Amino acid sequence: MKKRWYDYLWIVSLLYLLLGFFNILFTWLGLLCFFLPLIISVATGTKGYCNRYCGRGQLFGVLGGRFGLSRKKDIPGWMKHKAFRYGFLIFFLVMFLLMLWNTYLVFAGAQDLQQVVTLLWTFRLPWHWAYHGTLFHLGAAQFAFGFYGVMLTSTVLGLITMMLFKPRSWCVYCPMGTMTQLICKAKAGKQP
Amino acid sequence: MTSVGKKRRTAAVDQGACVACGCCAKICPMQAIEIVRGVMAQVNPDKCVGCGKCARECPASVIEIWEVGA
Repeated sequence: MKKRWYDYLWIVSLLYLLLGFFNILFTWLGLLCFFLPLIISVATGTKGYCNRYCGRGQLFGVLGGRFGLSRKKDIPGWMKHKAFRYGFLIFFLVMFLLMLWNTYLVFAGAQDLQQVVTLLWTFRLPWHWAYHGTLFHLGAAQFAFGFYGVMLTSTVLGLITMMLFKPRSWCVYCPMGTMTQLICKAKAGKQP
Repeated sequence: MTSVGKKRRTAAVDQGACVACGCCAKICPMQAIEIVRGVMAQVNPDKCVGCGKCARECPASVIEIWEVGA
């Protein structure tokens, strides 16, 4: 099948993850991965982002498929269960809000800038080498560190399930995918 | 076309468990699958040849290949 430009967006995802090792402020760009799926689903009532443009899903597909890093086994039943998918979405959003709260504390001057990236909501990895000062408020840098933690955590989880199960297992419990599907369901429910 | 009594195969999606990621639609060589309103995948039985590529690709493993009467 003929490849389209959007079939190469996995390269963009890979570059994004690498840029976070050099300058943490680049991680702000990752907000596109949050807003585009929502805008597309609200505006068109489709999961066009997942279906075509998600570079992260493509990256797992390339690594697990072309590079053969996946066992290609079935995902366990509980992981595709609605309770787990919705539960993970809520957990993810709560952790996201906590990250925003920490960002706010730095903006408000109540907390110093933490040059760490929190992986899997637990491990605080030193990340000072990727910080070279900011032209903006220190809070902007704090958000970059926090947001990169979110992106790296989802990548690590996605890589683990890619290896254990099918390449794009992450798509089953991806919080953005669950959220956009809920939006689409709500929109489809309103239409005859 | 006349029927020769052979069973043909077709893909069937467990639509309640489908996450609408679109992996199946992308890999289908017959363009027989579409994602309906961002909610679920739907197989067009007239186009599907039952090759099983979608079932292997589906990250949630919610596609099965069924035999149907010719």
